[in-house]
Amino acid sequence: MRVSRRAQLSLRTLALAYLTILLLIPLGIIFYRTFEHGVSAVVDSITTPAAVSAFWLTIEIVGIAVVLNTIFGVLLALALVRSKIRGKGLIQAVVDLPFAVSPVVVGVSLILVYGTNGWFGTWFVDNGLQIIFSVPGMVLATIFVTVPFVVREVEPVLREIGTEQEEAAATLGASRWQAFWRITLPSIRWGLGYGVILTIARALGEYGGVSLVSQSKPGESQTLTLLVKSRYDNLDVSGAYAAATLLMVIAVVALIVMTVLDRKKTNA
Amino acid sequence: MSRPRSEPVAAEGPEPSAASGTAVPDPSGSSRRRARRRLPEGTIGLGIGSLWLSIIVLLPLAAVAAKALDGGLGDFWDAATAPAARSALGLTLVVSAIIAIVNAVTGTLIAWVLVRDEFPGKRVVNALIDLPFAIPTIVASIVLLSLYGSDSPLGLHLIATRPIIVIALMFVTLPFVVRSVQPVLMEADREAEQAAATLGASNLTIFRRIILPTIGPALLSGIGLAFARAIGEYGSVVLVDGNIPFKTQVTSQYIAQRIESNQDGAVDTAAAANSIVLLLIAFFVLLALRLIANRGSRHHAR
Repeated sequence: MRVSRRAQLSLRTLALAYLTILLLIPLGIIFYRTFEHGVSAVVDSITTPAAVSAFWLTIEIVGIAVVLNTIFGVLLALALVRSKIRGKGLIQAVVDLPFAVSPVVVGVSLILVYGTNGWFGTWFVDNGLQIIFSVPGMVLATIFVTVPFVVREVEPVLREIGTEQEEAAATLGASRWQAFWRITLPSIRWGLGYGVILTIARALGEYGGVSLVSQSKPGESQTLTLLVKSRYDNLDVSGAYAAATLLMVIAVVALIVMTVLDRKKTNA
Repeated sequence: MSRPRSEPVAAEGPEPSAASGTAVPDPSGSSRRRARRRLPEGTIGLGIGSLWLSIIVLLPLAAVAAKALDGGLGDFWDAATAPAARSALGLTLVVSAIIAIVNAVTGTLIAWVLVRDEFPGKRVVNALIDLPFAIPTIVASIVLLSLYGSDSPLGLHLIATRPIIVIALMFVTLPFVVRSVQPVLMEADREAEQAAATLGASNLTIFRRIILPTIGPALLSGIGLAFARAIGEYGSVVLVDGNIPFKTQVTSQYIAQRIESNQDGAVDTAAAANSIVLLLIAFFVLLALRLIANRGSRHHAR
């Protein structure tokens, strides 16, 4: 398709204008609003005990979700690529299922399993573990929504590299474990890294599911996203902006890492 | 994988001792041992993986289905078609359909500009597309609040209206179509377009007859993902849509409100039934996409 210079320019202008109105202006305004009373006010606002505790709780939940989803994600990807068992299509569909589930439904479902009137709620409470309205429930909600990322990023890489090198290593006397650490893991590292960073970005921002299974008590069960909402509800709008900007900065860092990893992945 | 055996008849014998008695060399035995060691690998991994998926994903969803149906199909139907639920679902579907159409046009446009156009700063623009994936939904909500809220610098007051729901969803679904269409457009064969142009086809004809069929499956998949996301979206609309029943309440908020209005945060049939409705819609949209994609790739293979 050969487009005239004028048509090309107008298409470009249209696309850039759309992005500017939808993305850049809102982001610019929130940065302006956050810092309009000076940087020190922002620093004060994100170093209150509640904010610091929300930050560390977020890191803790993200950390658990990343570790578990990495272990089980790589395992699942390996199994899906290497095994020749029928019915794999069904497992593939289940891996994708969290993409189709609303975060609110995630919260609903966890309450129905682990809540007071849920299937196993009383059993867990009798054994001294409260899941709903407590951190374990928030962890479960976060893991649920981030299940697909590592599997989906690692699987195609595994498919592409095949098993020849591993077999060669086995011939040379390497154990399964050695072959995995020395051969498989290094060759999937960029894909895995990309999957992990997607998991981190999604887990950091999880709100809907977590909000239903947490009482959002400051210093106890409040993540950064819940802090934004609770500050807004308490009419502390500038505090909400500050917390949102902190989250956004983390998101942008994740995005930069994502771009770099994506380039490495395609070049590798 | 199985190696041809040196003595087929003897090896097929029922007694292992007979086979070893013939002093047939070990290779077949060790390859069999290796085969036996290989088989469980995938199986055990698949087993553990399925167990993990069952505990994390399937068990909770089964609990929703059980709760939605525990009063029978009649109760389920009543809960899903209660006036407030029906109105919320109607709004959700209409808004998601608008999102699908808007994304089809703007997503294709942006992908086209990113692939076929050259301008300074293109790489930055390209990276910006992923921003809505990286930004937490509640942050998206507060961003829109600062622009369209009571102290809007533009004098726009859209809070608690239907248009703000569309804007919020446009923000969070921006990457889907762009990221689906872009790689296909990059690999598209441009010679066919040039040939058509030489034969006097207009740009519109070329777009309709050559480019659209090429990007069609990817475009459809992007639209479907955006639609499925819009159906269940919660965080980005929660601060801006006002949550007014029969006016600006979408289904995800209807569900959340049912739970929050119960003293102990218990889930009632209404919340469970509407969760199932959301799940089914998203599931069938994604299933239809997979079927279309499979058919497309088979056509391609031929």
